[in-house]
Parts: sequence; C-alpha cells; structure tokens
Amino acid sequence: MKSLAELQAIKNRMKDKVVLRDGMEGARVVVGMATCGIAAGARPVLNAFVEGVNKEGLEGKVTVTQTGCIGICQYEPVVEVFEPGKEKVTYVKMNPDKAKEVIEKHLKGGQVVSEYTIGTVAV
Amino acid sequence: MKELSLNILDVAENSVKAGASLTQILLTEEGDVLKLEFVDDGCGMSEDVVRSVIDPFYTTRTTRKVGMGIPLLKLACEQTGGNLEISSTTADANPEEHGTHVTATFYTDHIDFTPLGDVSASILTLIQGHPDTDFLFRHERNGRVVELDTRELREVLEDVPLNSYDVMEWIRGNLQEQYEELSEDGGYNGEE
Repeated sequence: MKSLAELQAIKNRMKDKVVLRDGMEGARVVVGMATCGIAAGARPVLNAFVEGVNKEGLEGKVTVTQTGCIGICQYEPVVEVFEPGKEKVTYVKMNPDKAKEVIEKHLKGGQVVSEYTIGTVAV
Repeated sequence: MKELSLNILDVAENSVKAGASLTQILLTEEGDVLKLEFVDDGCGMSEDVVRSVIDPFYTTRTTRKVGMGIPLLKLACEQTGGNLEISSTTADANPEEHGTHVTATFYTDHIDFTPLGDVSASILTLIQGHPDTDFLFRHERNGRVVELDTRELREVLEDVPLNSYDVMEWIRGNLQEQYEELSEDGGYNGEE
C-alpha cells in the first residue's frame, strides 16, 4: 500500500527543491480546462504535459498550469505556451501525442511546432 | 462528455471557483443506483442563481455567469431516469455555514448510463490545478470504500506542494491500489 510513511519520505526529499523553484522564471504551459476543453479531451493532454515535463527533466524550467475557457471552444483542447521575452504561442486541437511533440521540439528544442498553432490550423 | 469522470472534473471546478476551502466529491453505489454528490463550503448561490445554473436558457444573462457544466451533468443523470438536485446557502444568508450541495442520481442499468471512466485521473487533475484547496474524495461501492483526503496529505507534506510530481504519483498509486481492492468483484474504473 502507498503508505503515509512513503509520502513522508517524498516530503523529506522534496523540501530543499521547493526553495529552488520559487525563484525560477521559465516557460509556462497553460491548458484550457473549462467545460469545452474537458469535453474535447483536455484531461489527457494536461496529463501528457505534466508527465512529459517531468520525464524530460524540465520540471525546473517549465510549469504546467490550468485555466478556464479561452474563448475559442471549437479549437479545444487549447494549450498556450508563455516564455519570458517571447510572444505567446497558442496550440489548438491538441492530443497527448501532439503534446509530446511540443515538449520535445518546443520546450526542449526551442522550436515552435507551427503546424499545431492556431495560425496554421485556423486558416 | 464521454465519461462521467469528466463531468466530475468539470463540476468540481465550480466549487473551487466559488472559493471553497474544502470540496467533497462523494460517489455512492448501491445496486443499480449511483449517487454523485458535490459538497463545498464556497460562497453559495441565491435561489435565482441556482435556477439559472440548472437551465442556462432560463434567463437572458448579460454577463457570462453560467455555463454548460451543470446542464451537461443534469442531462447525463436524467437520461438514465435519475435526477439532479442543488441546494445552496450564500455566505450573506449564513456566514457560519454556507456552500453548495449538488446531488446527481443515476440508474446504472439504463442503456444511456455514461460509464464512470477514470475518476482517479479527474481527482489528480483537480489537485494538480488547485494544490492550495482541499478535496475529500470518497467512492463507496457495496460497502467497500476508496477515500482520499488532501487535508491528511497536507499534514504530512507541510510546505511541499500537493502538485509536486512525486506527490501526484504517490496519490495516483494510492488510488490505484484502493481501486484494485474495490474492483475485485468487478467494476468500471477505466483507463486513460
């Protein structure tokens, strides 16, 4: 059983990390999680980002958060990427596989995956 | 919604937005009846607002105050022959005890019953998005119980955020183990 003792051990391990994280200024991945997003499949997309960011060792550089309806429900699941000093990138009609690609190419490699952005999809 | 667990995620968000410090998500299965309840200590709603969240077309709203979350849940339970009830007390009416109680009743044998799906994934998503509010999740099936209370976890974790990856993995594993025990006599907790 996943015991509270195990959780205690996680806590002890994490304590020092938390301090580091406070001062960071990295990329922010925001997933739309209103009714429209959820219905369109945002939950597994969010999950893919949370998991992928950790797996790639980006957790010190990238935070994954949720937001409400962005106003373009027909393009959900919508994911916005904010990076300091750069223009916001809006990815639309996302799925877990596309999320993995965005982590690999954009968050890790610094290259926006243009084919999934709203500018490309909506035209 | 493809899974009821997605309705759960969606409607629980309302409690968080209402400023709840504790949101309880309670699932009770008895025979072919499934009861889904949300109990929060948020700001509550007036009678008028309760009416308008049940039917978004009840009033010509000027602000976008009401959404499709509750109507979709209402549809999901009514299409099985069940029903939806909301009672709410505003903080103005009772500063000591306010909040909202939503009860949706489903008949699981009905052909239009939406499968529950991956409830654990929804609970995890709620915690990931709102690490500073508390959730009590309880799923009872034929006397067996799956339970998670973030207040207990917070006591152990102190300053470590509930949405730290390792903590989330612990919660995922904990729920999975509890569900395995619950499902020994068959069940429908899905996979994502």
